[in-house]
Amino acid sequence: MSIVLVQVIVGGLLLGAVYALFSSGLTLVWGMMNVVNFAHGDFVMLGMYVAYVVYTLLGGGPLLGAPLATLVLATLGIVVYFGLIRDVMKGPMLAQILGTFGLALLLRYSVFWWFGANFLSLPGDLVGGTFDVFGIRIEASRLLAGIVALLVTFGLHLLLTRTTLGSRMLAVAEDSTAAQLMGIRPDSMQAIAWAIAAGATGLAGALIATFFYVVPTVGETLGIVAFVTVSLGGFGSVPGALIAGLLIGVIESLSGYLIGAVYKDMVVYALFLGFLWFRPQGLMGKT
Amino acid sequence: MRRTFWLAIAIVLVVAYPWVFSTPFQQRLGALVLLYAIAASAWNIIGGYAGQVSVGHVVFFGCGAYAAMGAYTHFALSPLVGLPAGLVASVAIAAVIGVPTLRLSGHYFSMATIAVAELARLIVTNTDYLGAAVGLSGPTVPRNVFDLSFISALPYYYLFFAVLAVTLAITWWMTNSRMGFYLRAIRDSERAARSLGAPASRTKLYAYMLSAGLTSVAGALYAMMFGFVDPDSGLGLLISVKILIMAALGGAGLLFGPLVGAAILVPLEEISNSLLGGKGAGLTFVVYGAIIVLIARFQPGGILALINRLWAKRKTKQESKQGAADAS
Repeated sequence: MSIVLVQVIVGGLLLGAVYALFSSGLTLVWGMMNVVNFAHGDFVMLGMYVAYVVYTLLGGGPLLGAPLATLVLATLGIVVYFGLIRDVMKGPMLAQILGTFGLALLLRYSVFWWFGANFLSLPGDLVGGTFDVFGIRIEASRLLAGIVALLVTFGLHLLLTRTTLGSRMLAVAEDSTAAQLMGIRPDSMQAIAWAIAAGATGLAGALIATFFYVVPTVGETLGIVAFVTVSLGGFGSVPGALIAGLLIGVIESLSGYLIGAVYKDMVVYALFLGFLWFRPQGLMGKT
Repeated sequence: MRRTFWLAIAIVLVVAYPWVFSTPFQQRLGALVLLYAIAASAWNIIGGYAGQVSVGHVVFFGCGAYAAMGAYTHFALSPLVGLPAGLVASVAIAAVIGVPTLRLSGHYFSMATIAVAELARLIVTNTDYLGAAVGLSGPTVPRNVFDLSFISALPYYYLFFAVLAVTLAITWWMTNSRMGFYLRAIRDSERAARSLGAPASRTKLYAYMLSAGLTSVAGALYAMMFGFVDPDSGLGLLISVKILIMAALGGAGLLFGPLVGAAILVPLEEISNSLLGGKGAGLTFVVYGAIIVLIARFQPGGILALINRLWAKRKTKQESKQGAADAS
C-alpha cells in the first residue's frame, strides 16, 4: 500500500471521528424520542461560526472556542426542546419535519444574513502546523479534532451505559410512562438529551472549523452525512454511529482520492440510498 | 350550493387580478403565485393526502424544467415539446425511486427523498450534456407563439391559471375516488388500512407518480417563463422546501391549501426581495423559517384548517342560538 493511500485513510479516519461525534447526537435524540432533527447539520454549522467568532473577536483558539461552542449549542438545544420539540413531538409527523426544517432555515439564513455567503476560514496554523509520522503527513488541527472527537464519543457511550443518568435516559427511551412511574421525569431527561446532542454538534463544529470551509450552507451537507451515519450505524446506537462515522470518513476520502473530489458526496449519498433500500435497520441495528 | 357560490367568486377574483393590479411587477407576482400553487398542489397529493412527506420533489420539478430547455438546446424544438417528455420521464423516475423509498415510513422516506434530490443535483452539475453548473437556456428571441416566450407576464398568468385549474380538478377527482379514500386511510394508519384490505403500496406509488408528473409540468412552465434552468434554480433543495412549506402553511391535505400558502409566501418573498435588494435574500428565508417553526408549533394543520375550524365553530354557535330560539 502506497504511503499516499495510508495518508488518505488516516485523514478519513480523523474526519470520520468528527462525523461520529455529531452523528451520535442525532442518533441519541432519534433513538430516545423518535424525533428526527433536520436542523442537525445546521447546529454543527452554528458551532463552526461560534468558533469563528471566538477566533476573530476574542483571538482565542480551539481551546476557548470548543468549550464555548459546546455551551452555546447545548443551551440552544434546551431552548429548542422546550420551545418547539416538546410540542411537535405529540403532533403529526408533518409538524415534526416542518418544525425542524423551519429551524434549519432560520439558523442557516440568520448566519447567511449576518456573515454573508462567503467562505470563511480560520488560519490553518491555529493548532500548530503539520508533522510527519512514519512519512505520513498529518495536520495537527485534524489530529486534535479526530482524537478529541473519538474520546468524547466514547465518553458519551460510557455516560449512556455506565451512569445513573444514562440509565434514566435509556429508561425514558424504552417506555416514558413506565419511567415516570419509577420517579424519572421524562421531560428533564429529554431536555438533557437535547442539550447533549446539540452540545456534541457544537464541539464537532468548533473542532472542524480549524480545517474545514466555514459557510452557511455547510450544514446541509453535514446534515446528510449525519443521516447517513445514523442510518448506517442503527438508530439510537452510539457505538454504531462511531463505527459508521469512521467508515464514512474513510469511504469519502478514498473516493475523493481515487475517483475525484466532486464525486465523494455522490458516493456517500448513493451508499445511503443503497443502505436504506437493503438494510433499513442499519449495520448494527436490530429490526 | 354555497360552496359553488364562493368558488365562483374566487374564480372571478383570480381572473380579474391582473387587470386590477396591472403593473408588470404585480402581474408577474400573480403568475408566480399560480405557478408555485401548481407545484404545491402537486406535492399535496403525496405529501398532504397520502401523508408521505417528500422533501425531494425538486427532482421532478427539475426534470420538467430540464426537458423543456433541453428540447430547445439540443433539438431546436419549442420548449413545449419537452413538457410531455419531462412528464413521462418524471413519472418513470417516480416509479423507480418510489418502489424502494415508499416502503420506508415516516422520516426515513423524507430523508431518502432528500438524498435522491441531492444526488440528482450533483449528477446534473457534473453532466456536460445538461449544461453542468451553467445550465440550459431557452430561445432568446421567440420564433413563434409556440416557444411560449413572452415579455409580459399576462399570458403566463392565464396559462398557469388553466394548468392550476386542471391540477386541482384532478386532485378533487382523486380525493372523491376510491384512491382518495385509500390514501386518507393510509395517512391515518397504514397498518389499519392494510389490514382492511387497502392496497397500500400500490396506492402510494400511484399517488407518487401522479404527483411527480404534475410537479414536472410546473417545472417546465417555470423554465419557459424564466428562459433558463441551472442546478440551483431547477434542482436546489430550497425549491423542494418551498413547495412543501407552501402546501403545509395553507393546509396539507386540503384542496385549496397549497394555493392559500402560495398566495401568502410568494408575495412575502418577492416583496421583501424587491424592498431589501440583494441583502434581503438571507432575511427572506429567516422570516420563512420563523413562520414555519411557528406553524409547526401552534397550527400544524395549516391556515386553511384554522379558518375551517373557526367557520365551523361560528356555524354551530349560530345553530345552537337558532335551536334556543326555536325552543323558547
